[in-house]
Amino acid sequence: MNKVEKIKLPNGLTVLLKEIHSAPIISLWTWYRVGSRYEKPGFSGISHWVEHMQFKGTEKYPASQMDRLISREGGVWNAFTFLDWTTYFETMPANKIDVAIELEADRMLNSNFHLNDVEAERSVIISEKEGKDNEPILRLNNAVNQAAFVSHPYRNEVIGNHEDLLRIKRDDLFKHYREYYHPANCLISIAGDFQTTSMVNKLTKLFEDKPFIQTPINLVYPEHEIYQGKEIILQGPGDTIYVQLTYRAPSASDSDFFAYTILDSLLSGPASLNMFGGGGTSNKTSRLYKKLVDRNLAISVSGGLQATIDPYLYDLSITLNPKQDYRLAIKTVDREIERIIEKRIRKDEIKRAVKQAKALFAYGLENITNQAFWLGYSENFANYDWFLNYIDQLDAVNPQDVQRVARKYLDPQRRILGIYLPESNGSRES
Amino acid sequence: MMDDNNIWNHLPGEDNIYRTELPNGIVVLSKSDFNSPSIVISGYLQCGAIHDPKEKLGLGLFTSYALMRGSLFRRYRKIYNDLETAAATLGFGASVQTTSFGGKALVEDLPLLLKTLSESIRWPIFPPLQLKILISQILTGLQIREQDTSERASLRFDEVLFPDHPYGLAEEGTIETISRIRRSDLVKFHKKYYGPKGMVIAIVGAIEPQQVVEMVYRELGDWENPDWVAPPEIKEVPLRKVSHHEHINIPGKFQTDLIMGGYGPNRMSEDFLIASLGNNILGQFGMMGRIGEAVREKSGLAYYASTGLNAWQKAGTWEISAGVNPSNLEKAIKIIQGEISRFIIEPVYDQELEDAKANMIGLIPLSIESNAGVASAIIRMERYKLGLNYLRQFPNLISSISKEEILSVSRKYLDPDQMVIISAGTTNA
Repeated sequence: MNKVEKIKLPNGLTVLLKEIHSAPIISLWTWYRVGSRYEKPGFSGISHWVEHMQFKGTEKYPASQMDRLISREGGVWNAFTFLDWTTYFETMPANKIDVAIELEADRMLNSNFHLNDVEAERSVIISEKEGKDNEPILRLNNAVNQAAFVSHPYRNEVIGNHEDLLRIKRDDLFKHYREYYHPANCLISIAGDFQTTSMVNKLTKLFEDKPFIQTPINLVYPEHEIYQGKEIILQGPGDTIYVQLTYRAPSASDSDFFAYTILDSLLSGPASLNMFGGGGTSNKTSRLYKKLVDRNLAISVSGGLQATIDPYLYDLSITLNPKQDYRLAIKTVDREIERIIEKRIRKDEIKRAVKQAKALFAYGLENITNQAFWLGYSENFANYDWFLNYIDQLDAVNPQDVQRVARKYLDPQRRILGIYLPESNGSRES
Repeated sequence: MMDDNNIWNHLPGEDNIYRTELPNGIVVLSKSDFNSPSIVISGYLQCGAIHDPKEKLGLGLFTSYALMRGSLFRRYRKIYNDLETAAATLGFGASVQTTSFGGKALVEDLPLLLKTLSESIRWPIFPPLQLKILISQILTGLQIREQDTSERASLRFDEVLFPDHPYGLAEEGTIETISRIRRSDLVKFHKKYYGPKGMVIAIVGAIEPQQVVEMVYRELGDWENPDWVAPPEIKEVPLRKVSHHEHINIPGKFQTDLIMGGYGPNRMSEDFLIASLGNNILGQFGMMGRIGEAVREKSGLAYYASTGLNAWQKAGTWEISAGVNPSNLEKAIKIIQGEISRFIIEPVYDQELEDAKANMIGLIPLSIESNAGVASAIIRMERYKLGLNYLRQFPNLISSISKEEILSVSRKYLDPDQMVIISAGTTNA
């Protein structure tokens, strides 16, 4: 793996750089440590809305010019708001990257937040939310997440709830922007066809004059356990049944996280850290697929584990047709988890999971955008070493670790069970 | 850092894509890239939904999904165990004229990928138990599609534009047609329509082309199918303007999906690149071009509103799509019609034209960032007979397009007063 350079400017800005000369491309990622985790009650969705406002222009770069500058140089750009972070990326032909760096340097502090743009964006975001709400499985997921936390902001949808989206005002957005968008709360990761020294000089020149600002202290108390199991039944149109079994997961910096990753792989198939390119593999030989799908008890099954600052959630999602018995499917999952806990796990099953993780990691190396993403990603919930040691940490997991983690977290009494039933199924909402 | 010349020399072209045709008619294309230890395969065979009997629509796609459910040599469980242990993937799908495949593996597992590909297309056994599971999965997919506003609008749009034509068919079939399909249908379909003639396979990654050809030859070089029936010619679709306005009511939805438009140029047409450049200005550039600017940025009516061209061998569509709140549907339609009207009355601005050209040319290096991107570019060049130097010629082809040509091509295909307008969502009370 090519060498990674890490620097920190006096104003607190952290920069991670990795030269890759395989293609004439550079990918720049600008990360802010703000997401739905940092939102106060009544202001859910504010981080995502600020992200939208970052595309509405600055004095120097009006909105239409921003788009134009990136697009006419053949660049692609976008942004994502997650639980713990918000990130902006540009992937450009290498000789055009200056445009993107200058733009990010400017919008770090100088975005306009004009009132008419705020109002137009309010309806755009509500429309974005309505698109998501069209999907029964996302509605179920929101209901389950909400039930899985008492007060931690992870219970909220990243996009925000409808009432908050109607309530938030221009000044709320601007205040949020001011509090979280500054060098000390920012990390830049950049990978591609450049020389490190000249790139460091370029970044220093553009960012060093920006002031150090203290990020507000954000008192968020982790919720390490789901104390009371719950069952949520939603009903709606369609003919498909969705089941989501949700358990507490440890934070990414917890040593249990890696055994949990292997556990997830054994249960529902391998997953990767790749966001761009690479992709995954199928999960037809995972334990749950064999028990549920191969026996025609369900149509599909998948697992989801996220790397987060605070303990979050592990989901097992199952899709069933109306003729299949969802209670039997849930019982089958429970039995398989019991089997993991009680019966010996073969070492070669774990070795296989690690080999799969290594291969998926190798696929991600094809893509420069993905490599720049990796550089910054783990710094948001741990540090870059977390990422560098990811495969070694998985390699160190033994069968007993997997069993211990399964016993600790996958307790049927301490999970949220979400079930979406077609209205025609005859069941009642509870 | 690479300079401008190096950027274009780096692109796949005649001098770094190796192309050969095996005696049985399989075309092998390969490009080496040793920057990562992985390999991608991509390709297609000459069969698809065009062969489906009307009452068994979806048979071609069903057959493609069933190929890996067991072969003469390995059972389903063994096939997937071998692939997943290596974290390799292989999958099949089908469209109107072709059955496509794609896969990925570490380079040392390329023999496994090719062996699995070969077994799947030559010796599938379609085990009844596996077909039972698969049919249940397909039917559930179709039930989910019934509830999908965007899919429903899109399917209806194609049906209206291409009645009694293969391009108007839903390759996935319907719940009724899929339910009629039996194992014997799959066996017959495979026997009659799967063959090496016209098959194309592209392999990109950390391997020398000569090795690729040898490996492909070893697995597929002796494949023959004397019973093979070539796909029929697809009828030309005469260009005409169609007016049709329809709403599909799907209860319980918060957003309505809208598709409007008409015919577009086919992929081989001289109009295609001109329309592509116009389309970039109309609904792609930056935040979804003029349409995005009018519907999203100025009016705040939609999260997405953009335009796209679908171009096949004998026809195409030029469509505008948006997701809107049901109460804003008519307003959004009016705004889009207004933008189309402006687009076919006056030529685009010089600045817009230059920006769109720079955008389309500049995106090429990014589109081939990964092995999968290179493989799909190679497949496209082969399939549409664009020539293996097409990517390198692309800047000149785009640069030479004038705003008058865009105006003339846009007028030919777009008409705000004669459009197919389909919306799908919950009808406002």
